Amino acid sequence: MPTPFNLELSRRELLVSSAATVALAGAAGGARAADRGEESLNRSTEVSFEVNGEAKRLDLDNRTTLLDALREHLHLTGTKKGCDHGQCGACTVLVDGRRINSCLTLAVMHEGDKITTIEGLGQPGSLHPMQAAFVKYDGFQCGYCTPGQICSSVAVLEEIRADIPSHVTQDLNTPAAITSAEIRERMSGNICRCGAYSNILDAITEVAGVPA
Amino acid sequence: MEFDKPATTNPIDQLKVVGKPVHRIDGESKTTGRAIYAYEWHDPKVAYAYGYPVGSSIAKGRVLSIDSAAVRKAPGVLGVVTTLDVGDLEKGKYNTAKLFGGSEVQHYHQAVAVVIAETFEQARAAAALIRIDYAAEKGRFDLKAEKTSAKTPEPSTEPESAAGDFQAAFSAAPITLDAEYTTPDQSHAMMEPHASIAAWNGDEITLWTSSQMIDWWRTDLATTLGIEKEKVHLMSPFIGGGFGGKLFLRADAVLAALAAKKIGRPVKVALPRPMIPNNTTHRPATIQRIRIGAERSGKITAIAHESWSGDLPGGGPEPAVMQTRLLYAGENRITAMKLATLDLPEGNAMRAPGEAPGLMALEIAMDEMAEKLGMDPIEFRILNDTQVDPENPERPFSYRDLVGCLKLGAQKFGWDKRPRTGTKREGNWMVGMGVAAAFRNNLVMPSGARVKLDAEGTVTVETDMTDIGTGSYTIIAQTAAEMMGVTVDKVAVQLGDSRFPVSAGSGGQFGANSATSGVYAACVKLREAITAKLGINSTDVVFEDGQVKSGSRVVSLAEAAGPDGLVGEDTMEWGDLTKTHQQSTFGGHFVEVGVDVATGETRIRRMLAVCAAGRILNPITARSQVIGAMTMGAGGALMEELSVDTRHGFFVNHDLAGYEVPVHADIPHQEVIFLDETDPYSSPMKAKGVGELGLCGVSAAIANAIYNATGVRVRDYPITLDKLLEKLPDVA
Repeated sequence: MPTPFNLELSRRELLVSSAATVALAGAAGGARAADRGEESLNRSTEVSFEVNGEAKRLDLDNRTTLLDALREHLHLTGTKKGCDHGQCGACTVLVDGRRINSCLTLAVMHEGDKITTIEGLGQPGSLHPMQAAFVKYDGFQCGYCTPGQICSSVAVLEEIRADIPSHVTQDLNTPAAITSAEIRERMSGNICRCGAYSNILDAITEVAGVPA
Repeated sequence: MEFDKPATTNPIDQLKVVGKPVHRIDGESKTTGRAIYAYEWHDPKVAYAYGYPVGSSIAKGRVLSIDSAAVRKAPGVLGVVTTLDVGDLEKGKYNTAKLFGGSEVQHYHQAVAVVIAETFEQARAAAALIRIDYAAEKGRFDLKAEKTSAKTPEPSTEPESAAGDFQAAFSAAPITLDAEYTTPDQSHAMMEPHASIAAWNGDEITLWTSSQMIDWWRTDLATTLGIEKEKVHLMSPFIGGGFGGKLFLRADAVLAALAAKKIGRPVKVALPRPMIPNNTTHRPATIQRIRIGAERSGKITAIAHESWSGDLPGGGPEPAVMQTRLLYAGENRITAMKLATLDLPEGNAMRAPGEAPGLMALEIAMDEMAEKLGMDPIEFRILNDTQVDPENPERPFSYRDLVGCLKLGAQKFGWDKRPRTGTKREGNWMVGMGVAAAFRNNLVMPSGARVKLDAEGTVTVETDMTDIGTGSYTIIAQTAAEMMGVTVDKVAVQLGDSRFPVSAGSGGQFGANSATSGVYAACVKLREAITAKLGINSTDVVFEDGQVKSGSRVVSLAEAAGPDGLVGEDTMEWGDLTKTHQQSTFGGHFVEVGVDVATGETRIRRMLAVCAAGRILNPITARSQVIGAMTMGAGGALMEELSVDTRHGFFVNHDLAGYEVPVHADIPHQEVIFLDETDPYSSPMKAKGVGELGLCGVSAAIANAIYNATGVRVRDYPITLDKLLEKLPDVA
């Protein structure tokens, strides 16, 4: 069973190791991470990734988040900026099938990645089953957190099927089950201030094909 | 059209479309990411620049100087606009705190500059290079400390009310309660940050923004910029939540407008999330004292509700006592509000202003009183129901079925199984049930609309009404469909554009009833235009199946419209029915909680709301309003609190990590029941508001459930585990 992270890791070590990851990914994208000082304010890097099945090549300021690359450079504004600090989940997208807060990751870290946004899941007239279920159960009101909720929902069902445990998984020796508690726990990084949670759970449960 | 007599039978009563569970007509746009919000407007021909705001780092004082030399030299910077550059700007009439301009700092994170650059990253980095010198002044930040200096606010706020002789009756009452309750400052925390894109064309400005009230913003932006209102075009077709936080013009709009003017290019500005709680408005904290005196039978003879809150000079009180004037009977009564001057950010409306914090206190007090009387809390409330305004007994409620809500709720929730206080245990969980009444007045606002019929038979509604998630698009389409005899898919709805007729806007739970009434009025005009054009007798005319029928004559709407189409436009105005009859909405909230005996953690297990709010225009969207409000009430009960730094005068937890709101794991399955009723006094729609009702009383129901579970009474919201822990039973 995969372990999500090493529990022995201190917070400080985690920060250091995250920073190293940033530097490495930056290097892979062609940036000279060693450069420092004033001129680095204007450093840009070419990065190529696939978005919703289309190859994209962008020359981006290294500080550009994946979220802003999508919204401000590719004009895929379905992915929302709610907090820009990884606190709300409105910016959730799928990177190589796993969900990620796109505001907490730099675009240049995603060389070669396959990114799916809400626009790639389905379109008006040909909705993804999760999008259709959100409409059916009124799993939203203002709609601003909705793309993130839907991307997260799709990934959550995959995570459970892949037997990745969560905080509420009772028994690690039996396969994780799609239960209301599991869904609620795993969706808790996606805030909905309109408070559509009860309806969202109904929508996810229907798509999961299990009784609520 | 003026609504000055109770509604009789009208086309809405057909209920072919209105009242039906129609899915949101904007649902596909929102679930596929195609709905365009303020910051997302994009014309490929336009090179938008990015503005990044800078907030004051002091709470009160003056800006002495701003050094932006390093900012101007930073890569990509196109310009800087500072509050000193622009000087004093005229404040909009709906704002208490000024938004920008001049040297005076009224509150922390007040906007003092905006840095404009080619990219967001450049603007953000350059903004960090600004150097500002302030002269800080001592401010007042602590409501508790300022309570004694609080004064009676302006008469327009109705700060005091009285009937009978409270003092005498309270002294004489055999059973009394005298308790103090506190509610904290709360933040709207809508998901979409305040954001605007401004583009000038000569002396005219177009602003794409996120506004609940198009005309208020348009008026106040024009005032602030010193231009004619006609030169301002506002667009806000999708709003990522507001809850009152987007009722009034905000700094992002002013900064975008000034920045765009400065550099001669369109500029987009969003408030960074950590700036929102201190830069914008919040629900003010309250200290409330409630006294209730009753006979041994449970009949209330005396009731007093006083509330203290604070705001900036020129601001108003949080009207937390208002529901107490109307909710329960009692011959001898007083309410009073006192307002302290605080130099915190502006206090203003947040969803159910007044009733939300007021009922948080009153409905605990009712629970406490029931216990003192040895009565069931539902029985106690029913005994003290009133069908008239208790301060003016000659003035009846238009329609009031609070009792029906409580009785049905008790039955559906299994209230008879409520345990005796502190007796039910399930493993580590102490389990309890709580109830509270919900009450919120039904407000109406003038609301206009234009309805067009084209040669395809399509009906297009245009109004500056907004949909902040409330479902305006859908219920307006339903209203027009019902009136014109077409299906919803033949109706197009255009909202949130200042070129359209001025509507009620979204606030005070007046939006749905008022705006659909405006559409009703416009549709009446369009029906008249159609019958006049066809020369048919308008008394026997029927609009159905996409046709106009009169006697044996049947004409399709498409044909009736002809190549030039037809238009109806009107504004619904309101007579004095809200004065002659008290119009309110009612409900009962039922909650079951478990409290962990070892940790004091509260988990909500079940929630039910029974609502009586006139005709429900769309049970899907109305239910979503109510469950959303119940969720916000769960936040108010258990976690939401802006923590005040009383030394430096700001809200410390000013982002979505520090200001906790409910998440999925906090909310159980929620049930909502609407009583089947109509209120002909409210409007031709016979509907009332429901969006705020759902929040009113929820937090108290949770507090009462916690008491029932634990026997610990907490009168200081939010009810976090630290307030319970010491009083919980010992754990072996």
